[in-house]
Amino acid sequence: MKNKKRFIEDVVQGVFLVLGLVAVGCVLLITVYLVVAGLPAIHEIGLIRFLFGKTWASTAAEPSYGILPFILTSVYGTAGAVLLGVPIGFLTAVYLAKLAPPRLKAWMESTVSLLAGIPSVVYGLVGMLVLVPAIRKGFHVPDGASLLAAIIVLSVMILPSIIKVAITALEAVPKEYEDASLALGATPVETYFRVSVPAAKSGIAAAVVLGVGRALGEAMAVMMVSGNVPNMPALFQSVRFLTTAVASEMSYSGGLQRQALFSIALVLFLFIMLINATLNYFLKRGKEK
Amino acid sequence: MLQNRLTGRRRAYAAVMRTLMTLATVVTGALVLFLIVYVLFKGIPNITWELLSTKPSYLSNTIGILPDLLNTVYIVIATLLVVLPLGVCSAIYLTEYATNKKLVAMIEYAAETLSGIPSIIYGLVGMLFFCQFLNMQTSLLAGALTLVIMNLPTVMRTTEESLKTVPQSYREGAFGLGAGKWRVIRTVVLPGCVDGVITGCILSVGRILGESAALLFTAGFAHALNGFFAGLGSAGATLTVALYFYAKEAGEFGVAFAIAAILMVLTLLVNLASTLVGQYYKKRRSL
Repeated sequence: MKNKKRFIEDVVQGVFLVLGLVAVGCVLLITVYLVVAGLPAIHEIGLIRFLFGKTWASTAAEPSYGILPFILTSVYGTAGAVLLGVPIGFLTAVYLAKLAPPRLKAWMESTVSLLAGIPSVVYGLVGMLVLVPAIRKGFHVPDGASLLAAIIVLSVMILPSIIKVAITALEAVPKEYEDASLALGATPVETYFRVSVPAAKSGIAAAVVLGVGRALGEAMAVMMVSGNVPNMPALFQSVRFLTTAVASEMSYSGGLQRQALFSIALVLFLFIMLINATLNYFLKRGKEK
Repeated sequence: MLQNRLTGRRRAYAAVMRTLMTLATVVTGALVLFLIVYVLFKGIPNITWELLSTKPSYLSNTIGILPDLLNTVYIVIATLLVVLPLGVCSAIYLTEYATNKKLVAMIEYAAETLSGIPSIIYGLVGMLFFCQFLNMQTSLLAGALTLVIMNLPTVMRTTEESLKTVPQSYREGAFGLGAGKWRVIRTVVLPGCVDGVITGCILSVGRILGESAALLFTAGFAHALNGFFAGLGSAGATLTVALYFYAKEAGEFGVAFAIAAILMVLTLLVNLASTLVGQYYKKRRSL
């Protein structure tokens, strides 16, 4: 009887252990698959020519596989989205965390999570039909589907992650810090920006990095508004991102071209791992304090 | 009195910062409002009964999204059926069983990594592993399994959080009465984490509804009308993929906006549900 009970306990624990390890298995699976699928093309094309080649002409008679345009587009697009989205997100977060009346705060918080829940294709659709024509008319360019349109869409899409994480960080600042500052004669606004924000800087940095990760990884919305031509990036140029490079040719590719797409995914994956490591660093530093 | 003694510069700083903050908040709020109103305004007039109840037909040259609606329902059900047990069990292992700190750190790091990986990469690996290596072809099942990996960290996290709120004394009480570990988990711990499971479930539904990049190469584009099991075995577009197809490839913006409006309403409902569940359990816990 006792042995049977112990046996069942052991079996159950074993089952839970195996299921607990599924997440680890998935990460390994993804990493291994990307490396195995991505390396052959890099080997064949040559790392330098692949990463720093300026032309991508995968379907040409003499194909050329240089992904520098995609890398730069992804970097510029992400930087632009951060430049535009972070100030708005940060200021909104400070307002909601510190100044806003409770009811407005509750309302805005559910609004922001709604923004996070809207599917990316809906952003893409609205971008295609509102933003792209507006850019064409506003800046008198032949085609509004451009890096600028992608930057604007991305900056809206990263707002919710920035706002949510920054609010959490700002709310964790000990009340005593702020009280002390107020008692010393600082105005509330001075207190929030010169005491609360520096105290929450790890969390706010994490919010920004999270936004970077989101912007870098977004595919569908960007695909719908950026024009999807492998040009070197310029604000009003039709461009292709790392993510959209993978998505746009996958359905009709074969041979080296297909393998090169896997290599692009591998490069994107490495970027994201770097971002994740940075994010973890800031989150951990925030916790240690 | 105090206000009067502030120098002009400090007063200006406060005023400027206050204005900027208010402005940023207004911009954020206005953006959301614009998106909702614009999509609903453009989409709802295009939602007809014919659109909702038929499949696309080349003969009569009509478009219907019934297959896409059903595919979405199938994929949500199939994903939840796998991810809920998996996520809940992982969370239980982490909070109840695991004693090795390194192992816990590893599992948690893996979950964090998973939640940071972009969906296009999930789509790619899903295609390589499920569709090609496991030979499932392009099918809803392959799409659902890809989404399982994507949503695993969400379910794990919400369950873990609610498990941590089950008082340690409950467990000790049950152990004290002679119950074994498995019995304690079944009778004391599991009922305590229902709210986390429900929250994880709602969040996952929201993510599945909105996902498109991961499904493009795993679940495909087809618009065939199928039952649940036949549907899982064959390729099919979900609402988001159908939206992408109609907007980008077919140029059918009316249909695209109709789908966008449906997705928007579903997103609103999912958000409302998660808020209500949160409030309900908060209230119950404080009693």
